Amino acid sequence: MTERVLAPFGRRLCEVVENRPSRGYRVFTLLDVSGPMPAAGQFYMLACERRWQERVERPFLPRAFSVADALQGEDGLRLDFLVEAVGPGTTRLGGVEVGERVWVNGPLGRPFSTPGEINPAVAGAVLVGGGIGVAPLALLRRQLADRGVPTRILLGFRDREHSGGVEDLFACCEVRLASEDGHAGHQGYVTDLLAVVLEGDDPAGAAIYACGPPAMLEAVRAICAARGVTCELAMESPMACGFGACFGCAVPLAGGGYMRLCVDGPVVAGEQVETALVAGSGHR
Amino acid sequence: MSASLPVELCGLSLPHPVINGSGCFDAIAARRAFGDELLERFPFAAFVSKTITPEARTGNPPPRLWETPAGMINSIGLPNKGLRGFLEQDLPRLAELPVPLIVSVMATSREDFGRLVGKVAARPEVAALELNVSCPNVHSGLIVGEQPAETEALLAELRPLTAKPLIVKLTPNVADPAAVAVGAEQGGADAVSLINTLKATAIHPATQRPWLGAGRGGLSGPAVRAVALAQVAAVAAAVAIPVIGMGGIASGADALAFIASGASVVAVGTESFRDPAAGARVAAELEEALAKCGFEDPAEARGMALQSPSQSEKRLQTEEPIGRSAR
Repeated sequence: MTERVLAPFGRRLCEVVENRPSRGYRVFTLLDVSGPMPAAGQFYMLACERRWQERVERPFLPRAFSVADALQGEDGLRLDFLVEAVGPGTTRLGGVEVGERVWVNGPLGRPFSTPGEINPAVAGAVLVGGGIGVAPLALLRRQLADRGVPTRILLGFRDREHSGGVEDLFACCEVRLASEDGHAGHQGYVTDLLAVVLEGDDPAGAAIYACGPPAMLEAVRAICAARGVTCELAMESPMACGFGACFGCAVPLAGGGYMRLCVDGPVVAGEQVETALVAGSGHR
Repeated sequence: MSASLPVELCGLSLPHPVINGSGCFDAIAARRAFGDELLERFPFAAFVSKTITPEARTGNPPPRLWETPAGMINSIGLPNKGLRGFLEQDLPRLAELPVPLIVSVMATSREDFGRLVGKVAARPEVAALELNVSCPNVHSGLIVGEQPAETEALLAELRPLTAKPLIVKLTPNVADPAAVAVGAEQGGADAVSLINTLKATAIHPATQRPWLGAGRGGLSGPAVRAVALAQVAAVAAAVAIPVIGMGGIASGADALAFIASGASVVAVGTESFRDPAAGARVAAELEEALAKCGFEDPAEARGMALQSPSQSEKRLQTEEPIGRSAR
């Protein structure tokens, strides 16, 4: 799983075959007839064919989206993306209509490692997701299940509106939930659940995989660092290109300097980064 | 009717006139994402490296990007491995590209510039050098490129160091870029390229403080195209050396407009972020656009939009100054 799947060179048009609501989010499905099966944690740069910098000022640049699920169908690869309308790009993509087409460049970036690759002594996995960040964990869960890796899933949300994706992407499996408003599961943060899980665990028992808002990722990184547990974080940083050309998605390294999140990430080991609080993640 | 695309730039034979803007495409990183298909379908007729400085640089603190209407502001800060790291690690990889390599260099003193040019030009993998005297992200980059005399003096010092083509990348952040181009030409430059990004900034909507980590950056994309066309035309009217035109080129029609404005070669920058294969697409569209307008090749279209010198002079007296005002 560590080997990144290479993207076909150049962008391609993929048809929208489904777009359904998922509480406050949307899940849309693209039919990719020529691209390869992605590895969990990889992402795609997406831009609508129409009404993208066409009689509108923004969006101009494509937007990076982790792939939430990928299923090989008879007619091609069906790629699921989870989207929350938070700016002009996500609003446009969330509103795509079945039959229209989207420019796709990907799969891109470094995927999640297997638990054994992270630490040969580790057999299991704990997936920690928050909000819209649950997306890449859905494909990771599927790919870990295919390998017979015992996996526990912890998901946290602000409120019911922001818990889209749970029923859609994790319908098949047992998940432990946390919500800030207490509407489902533990009232509080998903990192509370992680702390409890790690209490009863041998530190080398499971590898931690996390994706979510910067504050959640930073909490996961700190909890794991304090306990000497290895973790991988799927991070986000504003990027213009997704393939190392623009140097925009700089994330500070623990040892000084920066990495480009698009080619050196988006999945990073917790100890690689100084902090998971990425500057500039608010501009969408 | 069909058109042919091959052009010559400073002795380099190129299959088409579309190259990349420096800093807008990292061929080594792109190969990690796309594999060797990148080499098989390489989108540019020549490859311009990111700017190399004498010592390694980590670049500016994030955030480094801001999306604008029809464009973007970048504040990257020239991260690079320095001269030694470039020669040892990057140059062998870039030499594997199927096109001529142009290496962009920048230094804050003439001595350092001379050292860079000497060492880089001595490598057989390098076909030409581009001198970055205009990067608006680094204060020192502005000094030379804002002054015609400084530019001429720098070129006069570097010219004897190599027989390889020296291209001067001009800044658009001056009142009269043509005057600086003339300085570069008189100092011995083989070509000029423009425009670099326009000085720009963005304000954080919540804090009302600058959004970018470095405070300000450079604007690129279709938002700057009209400004770039005017500057390319002004420079092309003022110098006899070839002009490499760029600024928001996203299609073959855009490329043809730059050629009509006097560019011999054009470069694609920001559009590659949206479409990594944009260079090849622009070249293919340019062939169609040339044929549609009845041109046999880029050379026939070159300079069509430029006014004759006498018209320019008359215009200078009656309207806003366009074209040369120096020399």
